[in-house]
Amino acid sequence: MDHGHLHIDRATGVIDPETRRSPHASGPRAHTGGSVMPAVSVYIPTPFRKFTGNRQHVTAEGNDVAEVLANVDKQFPGFRALVFGSGTEVPRHINIYVNKTEIGSLDGVATKLAEGDEVAVIPAMAGGAGDEPRRRIGALTAEQVNRYSRHIIMPQVGPSGQRKIMESSVLIIGAGGLGSPIAVYLALAGIGKIGVVDFDVVDISNLQRQILHQNADIGKPKAISAKETINAYNPDVDVVTHEVPITSDNAFEIIAPYDYVINGADNFAARYLVNDACHFLKKPLIDGSILLFEGQVTVYLPGQGCYRCLYPSPPPPGLVPSCAEAGVLGALCGTVGTIQATEVLKLILGVGDSLNGRLLLYDALAMEFRQVRIRRDPHCVLCGDEPTVTELIDYEAFCGGAFGHTNEEEKKAMDAAKAAREKAQV
Amino acid sequence: MAVKVKVTSVLQKVTGAKVVEGEGGTVGELLTNLDSAYPGFKQQIMQDGHLHRFVNIYLNDEDIRYLDQLDTRVKDGDTISILPALAGGSAQ
Repeated sequence: MDHGHLHIDRATGVIDPETRRSPHASGPRAHTGGSVMPAVSVYIPTPFRKFTGNRQHVTAEGNDVAEVLANVDKQFPGFRALVFGSGTEVPRHINIYVNKTEIGSLDGVATKLAEGDEVAVIPAMAGGAGDEPRRRIGALTAEQVNRYSRHIIMPQVGPSGQRKIMESSVLIIGAGGLGSPIAVYLALAGIGKIGVVDFDVVDISNLQRQILHQNADIGKPKAISAKETINAYNPDVDVVTHEVPITSDNAFEIIAPYDYVINGADNFAARYLVNDACHFLKKPLIDGSILLFEGQVTVYLPGQGCYRCLYPSPPPPGLVPSCAEAGVLGALCGTVGTIQATEVLKLILGVGDSLNGRLLLYDALAMEFRQVRIRRDPHCVLCGDEPTVTELIDYEAFCGGAFGHTNEEEKKAMDAAKAAREKAQV
Repeated sequence: MAVKVKVTSVLQKVTGAKVVEGEGGTVGELLTNLDSAYPGFKQQIMQDGHLHRFVNIYLNDEDIRYLDQLDTRVKDGDTISILPALAGGSAQ
């Protein structure tokens, strides 16, 4: 019998509040069928000790982390609200450790516990790159109920899910082929704040695929064009434009205020930079990349692997061509970008199975989707057991300096690619 | 034994096809066999006997780094996928 279990999404650590309120979830012993639960020691950090009579360690029972936390809350009412706020998932400024291992790399709040284990609840210290106060949405207006009605009527969304979407902030790296469909669908979904990082201007060669931009936008900064398109679709979205190249100097400042980051970068230097910055800031990263007729998509959750686990270092310049050099099918951007948008919406709603731990491969020519397993590499220089990359580095140098093409370089590359194709046909 | 090897567009320049078949008892032997059939094949994905770190090889859906690397055994009917990192988000 398991009717007393909290429903926990393993990928996101989300605890379903409906289950939590269920009359069956009367206490952590409700479903044990009489067997004794493991008792563990819970370390209480200083700021939370006012709830525990200044005790540094308390003993609590439970089969997993969620049950133990519920049990602590039962003994010391208010503890859970202090740790979790009004939300239902472990906030990102809180780390929970089981015997010194962060539960993000275990099974989240579903991590099983044994007698004598130690659970520690550690909040981030003040003074770091703090998140802005969370956007709070009250009751939906009549117009919003209408606008989002096709979301709201789905049981997986509902009014509370729609409010979560509207309270969320997402940063999109690149307002290009991938960034375009991502931005459009997130705007339509009603994401509260969308950040757009792009310092390029709209070129006519972008219009074969970049649906954020139209003929009249040629010559306009892409970030501005993106903001106009997003707000034309949905004026409620707060769009923040970052018209700068993302660099090691500004990455933390740009990324920190957002809940989620979606990567639509067009070069390896930016991909490694964004990956590393998201790791240090503990931001979920929804990654996608495209070339010709092929795409790759995955999700990196904090503590559960990163881009460097998958690809420890970039190819030497020139070996893997860019879209500018080799080309890309316009509609492919839509397929991959909308998958990225879907994944971030699932994370926000806490529903379904995230692509975390899986690399989705799309081959448009074969019209075939495949998946391979990916995982946190204990030897990863960034997120492994003995990391050697402990701060942002010089990514241009790391990637061989052949990135951030100027238009001149792009043109040369396209000429070279054209010559190569012609040669191949002879 | 014949094993199916799926390559991405970058390697297709060498193989001319998206799926090729090779012989060998291990992934390493298979790559050597493919290199003799498609000269230049190994050079695209290996250097000094090691896989490039931006190239992953999967036996069915598992990364060979977590199996026996190039010594990973292959058998008839297995599918090998060779996947290099892609950078494109098509901002340019």
